[in-house]
Amino acid sequence: MATPMKKVLLDPLFENNPIALQVLGICSALAVTTKMETALVMAVAVVAVTALSNLSVSALRNYIPSSIRIIVQLTIIASLVIVADQILKAYLFEISKQLSVFVGLIITNCIVMGRAEGFAMQNPPMASFVDGVGNGLGYGVILVVVAFIRELTGSGKLFGATILQTVNEGGWYVPNGLMLTSSAAFFLIGLFIWGLRTWKPDQVETED
Amino acid sequence: MQRSVGYIIMFATLICVVCAVLVSSAAVGLKDRQVENQALDKQLNILRASGLALPTEQLSREEIQSRFATVKAVVVELQTGNVVEDAPIDVATFSVQKAAGSPDLGYVAPDNNAGISRLSKYQVVYQVLGEDGGVQMVVIPIKGYGLWSTLYGFLALDRDTTTIRGITYYQHGETPGLGGEVDNPLWKSMWTGRKAYDENWAPAITVIKGQAGPASSDPYRVDGLSGATITSRGVSNMMEFWLGENGLGPYLKAFREGQKG
Repeated sequence: MATPMKKVLLDPLFENNPIALQVLGICSALAVTTKMETALVMAVAVVAVTALSNLSVSALRNYIPSSIRIIVQLTIIASLVIVADQILKAYLFEISKQLSVFVGLIITNCIVMGRAEGFAMQNPPMASFVDGVGNGLGYGVILVVVAFIRELTGSGKLFGATILQTVNEGGWYVPNGLMLTSSAAFFLIGLFIWGLRTWKPDQVETED
Repeated sequence: MQRSVGYIIMFATLICVVCAVLVSSAAVGLKDRQVENQALDKQLNILRASGLALPTEQLSREEIQSRFATVKAVVVELQTGNVVEDAPIDVATFSVQKAAGSPDLGYVAPDNNAGISRLSKYQVVYQVLGEDGGVQMVVIPIKGYGLWSTLYGFLALDRDTTTIRGITYYQHGETPGLGGEVDNPLWKSMWTGRKAYDENWAPAITVIKGQAGPASSDPYRVDGLSGATITSRGVSNMMEFWLGENGLGPYLKAFREGQKG
C-alpha cells in the first residue's frame, strides 16, 4: 500500500497536475494570485475542502444512489466550502476580505468535483483523502509559484514585505503593472505548462 | 446499482439534514467572532483615517479598543444634517451598505456624479475627542463609484471641518497596483493638511492628473493615481458629493457654526 499512497499524493504535483495537465481551476488561479498571502490561504482552503470532500464522498460511496450522486457530491462540497469560508471570516478576517467571493467559488472549482467523481467514488476513504490532499497541493503549488512571480514583479513585495523598493515609495523599482492583471497569470500558467511539458514530454497531448 | 425511490429520497433528506446542521452550527458558532472582527476592522479604519493608528500598523484587539475609547459615534440624519439621538440603528453593527439597500433605512440618491444610486438615511459620523473632552476631529463616511467598484471609506477632518487629517478606504474592488493604490500609505499621506472647502465653503478638494504642489501652496489638489484616471476621478466626485449639499455638508456646517456660538 505504501507506494501507491505516495504516488496518489505526489502524482498531482507534477505528473498529473490539475492545473497544468488537466487545465482545471484556472479562474480562481487568476484571481487570487496577486499576493503570496492570499494564494497560500486559498491553497490551504482548497486542500482542506478537496481532502474532506473526497473523504466523505468515499466513505458514502457505497450508499450514494447513482442517480443523484452529483447532487450529493455538490451538497457535501458546498457545505464544506461554506464552513471554510466561515472559519476564514472568523480567524483570518483581513485575508478573507481580500479573497472575497473566491472562497465561495471553490464550490465551482472543477478540481474538487472532478476528484470526488473521478477518484473518491471508486476508492477507499484513506486513499481518497490523500488524493484530495495531493490534488489540492498540485493546485496550490501553481498558485504559490504564480503569486510569487506576480507579487515580486508587480508590487516588489513578498508576503507584503518590501523586497524591491518601488518608485512610488521612494525606491528604484518600477513595478510591472501588467503582472497585477489577470492576463499575467494566464501567461505565467502558460509558461509553467510549457516548462512542465518540455521536462515531461509524455504530458504533451497527441494531435488529433 | 438500482435503488428504490424511497431509499433515494431518504438518502437525500439525510444528507441535507447532516449538511444543514454542519453549516448552521459553523455559522452560529463563529458568528460572534465574525461580527467582532467586522466591528474591529471598521474601528481600525477610523483610527487610521484620523491618524490615531499608523497606516500599516497592526494592532491587537485590545489596542484597537483602547485607542477607540476617545472616539464617539454620532448618528446624523443625512437629509437634514441633524444629529439624532434615537435613530433606529445600532451604531456598533451598522452597515451603510445594508442600510442603503433596505427599503426602510435607504432612499434613492439625488442626481450625483459619484455613481451613488441609493443612500442610507442615517450616517454614523465619528468625533475624536481631545483630553478636555472637546471634539478634535470629525471622521465622516464616504462612498462612491470608481472604475469597477464602489469605494467605501472615511475622511477625517479637523474641528475646523476643512483641514484634512486623513483618508482611508476600507472596501473597494479597484485594480491592484493601479486604482487599488488608494490604499497606498504614501498617497494617503498626501491628503493630510490640505483643505476640503474653499473660502466660500464650497467643496474644493480634487484629485488632479499629475502632481500637486505642497499642501501650503496648493491646498485644494491631490496627486492623481498614475494609471488610474477613472478611480482618481471617482475619488474627486465622492469628495464633492459628501462634502456638499446632498452629503454631509449640512452636518459639517451645523457643527462649524455650533462651535462658534
